[in-house]
Amino acid sequence: MSTPLSASVDVEAVTARPRLATGFWRRALRHRSFVIGGALSLMVLFAALLSLVWTPWSAYEIDVTAKLRPPSATHWLGTDVLGRDIVSLLLVGARSTIMVGVIAVSIGLTFGVCLGLIAAARKGWTEEIIMRMSDFTFAFPAVLSAIMLAAVAGPGMVTSIVAIGIFQIPTLVRLTRGSANAIWAREFVLAARASGKGGFRITIEHVLPNVLPILIVQATIQFALAILAEAALSYLGLGTQPPQPSWGRMLNDAQTLLFQSPMLAVYPGAAIAIAVLGLNLLGDGLRDLLDPRLARER
Amino acid sequence: MSDTANAPLIEVRDLGVRLNTSRGPAQAVRGVSFSLRRGETLGLVGESGCGKSVTALALMGLLPESAVVSGSIRLDGHELVGLSDANYCKLRGNRISMIFQEPMTALNPMHTIGRQVAEPLRRHTNCSAADARREAIALLDRVGLPDAAKRVDAYPHQFSGGQRQRITIAMALACQPDVLIADEPTTALDVTIQGQILDLIADLVAERGMSMILISHDLGVIAENVQRMMVMYGGIVVESGATNTVFTRMGHPYTQGLFRARPRLGARKGTRLQTIAGTVPELADLPSGCTFADRCGIVEDRCRVALPAVVDVGARHGVRCIRTDVSMAETVGAVEHDHA
Amino acid sequence: MTMLERTPPPAEQPLLDVKDLEQRYTLPRESMFKPAAQVHALNGVTAQVMAGRSLGVVGESGSGKSTFARLVMALERPSSGSVSLMGRDLNRLPADELRRARRDFQMVFQDPYGSLDPRQTIARIVAEPLTALGRMDRATLRERVSGVLRQVGLRDADMDKFPHEFSGGQRQRIAIARALITQPKLIVADEPVSALDVSVQAQVLNLMQDLQDQFGLSYILISHDLAVVDYLCDEIAVMYLGRIVEQGSPEDLFAHCAHPYTRALLEAVPRARAGGVRRRGAQRIASQSTGATGCAYASRCPLADQHCRETAPPLRNVGRAHLAACHHAEAVMALPSVAAAG
Repeated sequence: MSTPLSASVDVEAVTARPRLATGFWRRALRHRSFVIGGALSLMVLFAALLSLVWTPWSAYEIDVTAKLRPPSATHWLGTDVLGRDIVSLLLVGARSTIMVGVIAVSIGLTFGVCLGLIAAARKGWTEEIIMRMSDFTFAFPAVLSAIMLAAVAGPGMVTSIVAIGIFQIPTLVRLTRGSANAIWAREFVLAARASGKGGFRITIEHVLPNVLPILIVQATIQFALAILAEAALSYLGLGTQPPQPSWGRMLNDAQTLLFQSPMLAVYPGAAIAIAVLGLNLLGDGLRDLLDPRLARER
Repeated sequence: MSDTANAPLIEVRDLGVRLNTSRGPAQAVRGVSFSLRRGETLGLVGESGCGKSVTALALMGLLPESAVVSGSIRLDGHELVGLSDANYCKLRGNRISMIFQEPMTALNPMHTIGRQVAEPLRRHTNCSAADARREAIALLDRVGLPDAAKRVDAYPHQFSGGQRQRITIAMALACQPDVLIADEPTTALDVTIQGQILDLIADLVAERGMSMILISHDLGVIAENVQRMMVMYGGIVVESGATNTVFTRMGHPYTQGLFRARPRLGARKGTRLQTIAGTVPELADLPSGCTFADRCGIVEDRCRVALPAVVDVGARHGVRCIRTDVSMAETVGAVEHDHA
Repeated sequence: MTMLERTPPPAEQPLLDVKDLEQRYTLPRESMFKPAAQVHALNGVTAQVMAGRSLGVVGESGSGKSTFARLVMALERPSSGSVSLMGRDLNRLPADELRRARRDFQMVFQDPYGSLDPRQTIARIVAEPLTALGRMDRATLRERVSGVLRQVGLRDADMDKFPHEFSGGQRQRIAIARALITQPKLIVADEPVSALDVSVQAQVLNLMQDLQDQFGLSYILISHDLAVVDYLCDEIAVMYLGRIVEQGSPEDLFAHCAHPYTRALLEAVPRARAGGVRRRGAQRIASQSTGATGCAYASRCPLADQHCRETAPPLRNVGRAHLAACHHAEAVMALPSVAAAG
């Protein structure tokens, strides 16, 4: 029944209007999933930055005599099959994970948002072509396009970044077009048209600022997806190439020794889980904090 | 039931509602009292945020959980304030029903209208699916939906706005409620349709001996459709009485202001509308004393000291104003002239 | 033809000249093999507005009054017909010239919440019609904005606030300020007060009247409320299903209306007075479907006869500057007038 809904709407109508901008951080710090997600994401970022200046051991040095050591004071989480320090591998791996994530999501955002905005602004055939092309791309999973790209350009980090970036585009096109269409239907856009503004200026001045919060939130989710995709590609040997460590490759290496030393798979798995969870929570939190309708309910 | 028709069906005493708003707690409704006998009609008039809808939701037990309701609401002698939600559910749609402003959002787009009209019947009475359907068709027919038997399996989007409002009325009436609350039932409709819907509601109220509370922002709708009326402003009732009495001679500066501010057909060209200065106040920061003080043309210092008491200015005509001697010095109101 | 008695000599060119405007929309196809259905939103509307005078357009939902507003604003291209402002056919102007011509006609919208971009400051919102015309330095721009804000009763300090900090009535003042900033000759207002509280409605209507007196503006006021249109306009057009069914001065229209639909509208207005009992109309369901021929209103009309159902009545003179599209106009005018005041 719709009665409870109507009740909440009516009450909203009589309550005071919210102030959007004030106290964003105050509200943010009270938002549980934003705080937890932010902390986890910062942890991953910190690990990547730390690896640039310091790691307990070298992540590239192979010492077969010290292979598969259990955790100890010298190697906090032990060593892998080639005698590399797990902690160092995780720290350096965070770097490639973040790099792949940032670049791939940037590719996805740049193309996806532009195409989505164009589709919403132009309508008609332009929209039809953009949407059918994005559906076509959507039909190929990242792994498949990475295999095809690898066949042409050879496997490697760049290949995986490009493949993941392309894989991100359709989702972002759809989301951008959908939200932009909703903005185009608003009266203030009609007002802008009535004062003589063209499609390009309306897109830049009215549509983009109004869809931006939605895009920011989606970007964090896409980032998490990119990390997962990178891990999957590395696991298949299509992503980061040795000796460059990545969390996906660590999982791949651990696979053959799953019964001997299962912890080798648990560490990178946990790292991926933490990063993805952190970003998902961060995205949830941002969505709540940036949504004016949710903002008024404290 | 046996108690005679003279006992009030619904009796509200000193109703208060406190809401949590984003700007802190707000007293949305204060000291609302009225009683309605079977077959009587009452109108609530006011602008946005005056508390008329909150009063209706309080009667229906549909306020959010954080709302604090005080005072007493008695239906046939049974206290409703503090009633559990489960018990309220047995009353809603059964003994008290409500018609909402937006027929579009009050209907579920995914269910057939027959199912939606039959739903309260199935829930509150133990009648079979076939009986409920038959009853739903009869109801839809009664509210004037053309080809009710044929269109009972159609979906809400297949009807016009006026027809949808007829369907929500059928839903509200399914269980023969004692009290019908209509919250701006015609605001979303065209003028020519508005008259038809109000006619229909009036007929049904008379036919079934229901009591009706009609909520509207439109003084004209109130004047033509209810026996008694209450004018609300800032959560309090500022004027109440028989509709004809109030319209013959309005007592409260706010009622008078509302009446004068309406553009009127055939008014002489070039005349300015008389306005009420300022804007409708936020509930969270109402002035102390009389809630209308900040916008009133004849305000005095003592108006701001305490909430004015109700002054009787005629037979059952109460005005919550300490300056009725000034406000009523000149007659504000209009009487229908017999043009026969 | 549609000019009023007080209009200046016919040599003078009308500010706005709308000729035989038609707009058809194609509905989404229901089947691949059937031709897509079309709706006639506007069906041959002709109207003129002289400088400094105002036209009210009244009608219910589906009457085409909002389509009319969008076509006058050149926000859509008509299927046929023309809209000329000061002698220039808006739909034949090159895009760049149309953009510049827009300084002369601006629009005020119904929804004071939806018509202001929530993420822009008031200064940016109000300046939009100016910035659309070309670059202008910030200081001049702010000066112009502050000027119009004061004209609509707002303060300079409001310039850097956001829309959510204002009430509905104040937002509508902001929307009016935006329309005023280019010093237009014509403002098209689509239901400008219907979303406002009664007490605030009066303030905005008074403001619109003051601005008209001050700047010699013309309004095209679209509304469902006869009283609002009566208050501000010199001429009223009543629309029904995409056609003008009656047109004339408010005095003529309200004292002796000539079309049964106008009469139905007048009778339907609830009267705020003691002892007021609503005239009960027949409980007829309004079906807005039109027959292929005949009068569009025939299915709802109490006076309709065979002739009405067969031949569509043309818009014809029934009095001085008073037009109606009804075969029985004289009979309707002979009816006792609907008590207007109240």
